[in-house]
Amino acid sequence: MEVLTFAAKKFECNKQALEDGLSKKRGSGEKASEEAMSNFGNGKGKPVNDEEDDEEDDGNERDLEAWERAYADERSWESLQEDESGLLRPIDNQALHHAQYRRRLRSLSSASRIQKGLIRYLYLVIDLSRAAGEMDLRPSRMVVVAKQVEAFIREFFDQNPLSQIGLVAIKDGVAQCLTDLGGSPESHIKALMGKLGCSGEASLQNALELVHDQLNQIPSYGHREVIILYSALSTCDPGDVMETIQKCKKSKIRCSVIGLSAELYICKYLCQETGGLYSVALDEAHLKDLILEHAPPPPAIAEFAIANLIKMGFPQRAAEGVISICSCHKEAKFGGGYICPRCKARVCELPTECRICGLTLVSSPHLARSYHHLFPVTPFDDVAPSLVPNQHRRPKNCFGCQESLLNHGNMPVRCVTCPKCKQFFCLDCDIYIHESLHNCPGCESLRDSKSVD
Amino acid sequence: MNAKGFCHTTDKIGSTRKSVLKHKPSMTPVSSKQYADDVSLLMVLLDTNPLFWSSTAAPLSFSKFLSQVISFLNSILLLNQLNQVMVIATGLNSCDYVYDSSSGPTNQRVETLLQKLQEFVVKDEELNKDDSVDRIGSSLLSGSLSMALCYIQRVFRSGLLHPQPRILCMHGSQDGPGQYVAIMNSIFSAQRSMVPIDSCVIGSQHSAFLQQASYITGGVYLKPQQLDGLFQYLTTVFGTDLHSRSFLQLPKPVGVDFRASCFCHKNTIDMGYICSVCLSIFCKHHKKCSTCGSAFGQPQTSVSTSNQKRKAP
Repeated sequence: MEVLTFAAKKFECNKQALEDGLSKKRGSGEKASEEAMSNFGNGKGKPVNDEEDDEEDDGNERDLEAWERAYADERSWESLQEDESGLLRPIDNQALHHAQYRRRLRSLSSASRIQKGLIRYLYLVIDLSRAAGEMDLRPSRMVVVAKQVEAFIREFFDQNPLSQIGLVAIKDGVAQCLTDLGGSPESHIKALMGKLGCSGEASLQNALELVHDQLNQIPSYGHREVIILYSALSTCDPGDVMETIQKCKKSKIRCSVIGLSAELYICKYLCQETGGLYSVALDEAHLKDLILEHAPPPPAIAEFAIANLIKMGFPQRAAEGVISICSCHKEAKFGGGYICPRCKARVCELPTECRICGLTLVSSPHLARSYHHLFPVTPFDDVAPSLVPNQHRRPKNCFGCQESLLNHGNMPVRCVTCPKCKQFFCLDCDIYIHESLHNCPGCESLRDSKSVD
Repeated sequence: MNAKGFCHTTDKIGSTRKSVLKHKPSMTPVSSKQYADDVSLLMVLLDTNPLFWSSTAAPLSFSKFLSQVISFLNSILLLNQLNQVMVIATGLNSCDYVYDSSSGPTNQRVETLLQKLQEFVVKDEELNKDDSVDRIGSSLLSGSLSMALCYIQRVFRSGLLHPQPRILCMHGSQDGPGQYVAIMNSIFSAQRSMVPIDSCVIGSQHSAFLQQASYITGGVYLKPQQLDGLFQYLTTVFGTDLHSRSFLQLPKPVGVDFRASCFCHKNTIDMGYICSVCLSIFCKHHKKCSTCGSAFGQPQTSVSTSNQKRKAP
């Protein structure tokens, strides 16, 4: 019981610190909580307990809730300002820029050329024990987790089209496979949404044993990963969980845990031993960030997976108007579909594995989706806004979106420049280029930087 | 405060001031109903590659082509008061914005466009370096696609009231294989933002890149047969906004070739070997990957395992 109350108090402390951060920023929800989150570190492998220790324990004189204090002490309406024409100014631009700047710093650290594990076999372990029914995340932890897992699955297949996911649920002290390893997002999401009920205890060892047995069967070139979404504060195991952890470590399975209640030593130990990330979610937005952090491929440890040549087929689209029996649904289909180049069986969608001959079938865009992990865009350099207006070197507009780089006082605003092509971009384009587009428009518009083919 | 002024107040402050000053205010505010489904922002990527337009592969002269395109742009702007057109020129050595319909005098659109296009072509030619002109003559499509997507993101950021963006590529040059990765990145980014990429191919051969672009993003790919009537193709196929497209029968994609080319010989293959580390495609079994240098079938530290691993069913 003592353990539980101590953990509960720590969580309460965090919540109030979060609300303080939120009320200070007074911004729109997403950005402000992101700013507040960034105050607690970027959650990349750093356990939250460092920040918990730093927060001073001033919870004893709180008689008002945090949201009440936002109205009583810090009157957020007084900070609104009007501009010259009487219209309301948007929320403090400085905070927005600051948040953008921090996002950029984060992306800087992840843009270096480290080898990444591109072919991943990932198991998602979802805790459906009694603790998942807690209502500290509205409407309940289980529902929130299910929603975020759905978004994660879609994002995962978008970024890793050649990888596979399997779902495991922990319930009543046992772990059961909801779906086997597969590459179709719809089947996983359907299976998850159908089985949302929580009861019983959570067992970490059973989950790890199950995942370990399943992951032993995959090819040697694949990277084995497990992400555990753990809401319980204890684990109810039939044997020695340390042995299981050593087994997983020997099988080179990288286990990460996202906690929903408080930090647990056993989870921390598991992640440290296997080289994964452990983080504890503070609220729903933070949980979303933490889960989506696992969508891009992690840095690959060389001896974890053996480089191999995988035989793959690139099927052509079948002629329209042809009737054939598809091998996935075993029924006659009209037109559409793809033909396996080896056994000529018809499949409905890509990427998939041909059921007749076992050949992996992909199309070249699927491979191309992963190329940006191999050729990332160089991070842009900051350009300090100097006080001399209208410098001759600086262009007036962002190269990408033609947004003006001078504000209304003709003072230059903060912008960035590409070290290769020396073009100037605004901060929003910088974020878009590095997070979504993965091409620098300046470098692509220069003949010199292209290889002559 | 006119329509543009009203919706631009949700922009950042700098651009608010500029756009309010530029437009003549008509004092009635625009209700949100006028920013309805059929308002479009059309980004036109115009291929100005001189190597293509001066070769025999070009079925009509650049001036005739341009006159048809300009008539088409005028007709787009006539369809709806709030429609917007941006033209980006895709050159041999550079790309740049050459026309913005939301700025500049409305009675001199053609003059502004032609003047800026002229300046662009002159600047592009100056960038020619004799030793690096490749006779293949592919223009920088990836650059103009990236710029168009950045501009579209800016439009999305401007608030809830914005036109529906789409991209139209008027392209004639061949595909440059060196741009494959960049074009695919742009295509996936367009797919995520739900921006269709339409293609109108002028040259003599189909463009595999643009076929894939239109297929993946849900746009229309067209290679017009009779280029004297280009204006008719443009207005009937590419003139409608995205909402109205659901009521029309537009040309369907036929035979998009999704096969890959092997990295060693550049042949199209339908079965090949993929390096599990860097995803390079090879047509034959190799001992070592030429892109990333990993030795196949040999683990770094522990015991070696066989090359052929099949997944257990």
